Amino acid sequence: MSDPKTIIDKIWEEHEILRDEGGTSLLYVSRHLAHDGSIHAFTFLEERGLTPRRPDRIFATPDHGTPTVSHDMADLTDPDQRRVVTALAANAKRHGFTHFGLGDRRQGIVHVVGPEQGISQPGLVIVCGDSHTSTHGGVGALAFGIGASEVMHVLATQTLWIKKPRTMRITIDGERPAGVTAKDIVLSIIAHIGANGGAGHAIEYAGSLIRSLDVEERLTVCNMSIEAGARSGMIAPDETTFEYLKGKPFAPGPEHWEAAVESWRALRTDEGAVFDREVRLDASQLTPMVTWGNSPEDALPITGRVPDPAQAKDDITRDAILRTLDYMGLTPGMALTDVTVDQVFIGSCTNSRIEDLRAAAAVAGRGRAVVPAMVSPGSSTVKAQAEAEGLDRIFRDAGFEWRESGCSMCVGMNGDLVASGKRCASTTNRNFRGRQGQGSRTHLMSPAMAAAAALTGRLSDVRDLG
Amino acid sequence: MDKFTKLTAPALPVDQPNVDTDQLAPARFLRRPRGDGYADVLFHDLRKAEGGHIVDDPRFAGAGIVVADRNFGGGSSREQAVWSLVDAGFRCVIASSFGDIFYANSAKHGLLTIRLDNAVCKALRDALHATPGAEMTVDLDAQTIVAPDGEVISFEIEPSRRKRLLQGLDDIDLTLTHDAAIGAFEAEYSRRKPWLELN
Ligand code: SF4
Repeated sequence: MSDPKTIIDKIWEEHEILRDEGGTSLLYVSRHLAHDGSIHAFTFLEERGLTPRRPDRIFATPDHGTPTVSHDMADLTDPDQRRVVTALAANAKRHGFTHFGLGDRRQGIVHVVGPEQGISQPGLVIVCGDSHTSTHGGVGALAFGIGASEVMHVLATQTLWIKKPRTMRITIDGERPAGVTAKDIVLSIIAHIGANGGAGHAIEYAGSLIRSLDVEERLTVCNMSIEAGARSGMIAPDETTFEYLKGKPFAPGPEHWEAAVESWRALRTDEGAVFDREVRLDASQLTPMVTWGNSPEDALPITGRVPDPAQAKDDITRDAILRTLDYMGLTPGMALTDVTVDQVFIGSCTNSRIEDLRAAAAVAGRGRAVVPAMVSPGSSTVKAQAEAEGLDRIFRDAGFEWRESGCSMCVGMNGDLVASGKRCASTTNRNFRGRQGQGSRTHLMSPAMAAAAALTGRLSDVRDLG
Repeated sequence: MDKFTKLTAPALPVDQPNVDTDQLAPARFLRRPRGDGYADVLFHDLRKAEGGHIVDDPRFAGAGIVVADRNFGGGSSREQAVWSLVDAGFRCVIASSFGDIFYANSAKHGLLTIRLDNAVCKALRDALHATPGAEMTVDLDAQTIVAPDGEVISFEIEPSRRKRLLQGLDDIDLTLTHDAAIGAFEAEYSRRKPWLELN
């Protein structure tokens, strides 16, 4: 028998066309996802007089700059937004690739749409000009975020030059404690290994807790691999994955289903395979988390306190904490549950799928928002399903705004911004300075915790709501 | 793409860890056409904030090298982070670690990214603060850095990356020389995964 291999090795080998003398691989790209932010790459391609090699492997939908008040093109008045959304549609038409435009029920955040439509599948190499492409690892794909020049390269050649990352396995065994969501799991991982702990690595998440997650939860965990510094993170596909994909529009149809599943079953790390790094976390230690600072590694249990710079381990850390507390307007040592918020955002490719909205609605339905709160579903399909389930009514009755789908306040490119100095409880993935708008203060947390913050006006432990 | 061989220039110390791509190039500038230039986008909001940013300190005018801390360029895949640095005149960033996508993007624009131990980065930054405007030399061929005090520090870099930067190789031209291999692979791939073919 050949040497035991990790799932990452297996997918890599299956897509490696060649390796140059310096050890960089030329990988074949199975599927390429595009969005309105991909405009630069299409422009570069055009400037070079090239066209996409495999338009049938490109799937696009506008998300970053789409308005959430209305998806009617007539209402898209911002000239920049209009230009990029129109350009994507025009490129799709010209080159003949799949495009779910504004007004299409399949439109949404590209990382929500890929799995939802069955475009993302186990064992594929998926790329997208967006760092959260790691999300697609949730269905067992090896997925990389790439920059504009690499997007142009993939468009032109359907390949990517990339050095094989080192491998890391993060194993979490045990039962999930009450109140702990996928978001809490991944924030705990990032707090543990650091915001660059996964740099240069591809991560496989494993262990009984991870196996027990459903696909939507797996997508949330893999989504934030990039916040742990890793370009990709994945979970081996299993029956849960197959069940999820079955019948989705771009998943293998009945004529290929058995063969596809058979090939997917081989996608698991062999017994005895060696990872470059192994990390273990104990499920029983997990607890609901929030971030207090400007790096996703600044995550603490909601029962914790804002760090005290006096206790920093060195000068650089002390200086970093001081600068962060100043920016975030926090006092050392204060209880996190004493931090008041000005607004709440529920959405983004991390936490905007139907289960996220159900979890948030379950909390929202118990009270009334005391601060402005906005919900933007991850796709127009999610929105329709939520409405069919009556979740929109629950949110509206509780005083939350129910919006259209898009990246929205995760990055603010569509004008949904957090004002300077304002504090937002957010289900997104980045708490960087100015991420949600110049001077914005972001606290990351799960959908249930964000909904709880809307009802209480402060960071709250969802377990205390009974 | 632009070549990188050897550079002697003043170096700018950036002390903060986790300089993310949102700091390097805030989101609202990302739709600007590449040809319009991104120099003013670099650290835009930090420069406008109270206290400003060291990039505007006249004592470091003309800097071509950044010496940073850990996790430089973490965050989003936006290549504009690299364009901003390059357009503002930077050709090299030294840090103890980088965001993986930023690291990949940088080489496409002749921006050399070098990993050194955190303690070495710290010592370099301290020296640069002590003698603002001091020059450093980065020699990619020899894989050495000459510190402000004249000390020679060697660095590691992946051979493919080094070659591409030294020769200014264009990836697409290079890849197209493998067109036959890609075509053969692709045909076989379609046979293996027929369910990916759209009808
Ligand atoms: S939701 Fe946020 S993180 Fe996700 S793709 Fe959109 S902007 Fe990026």
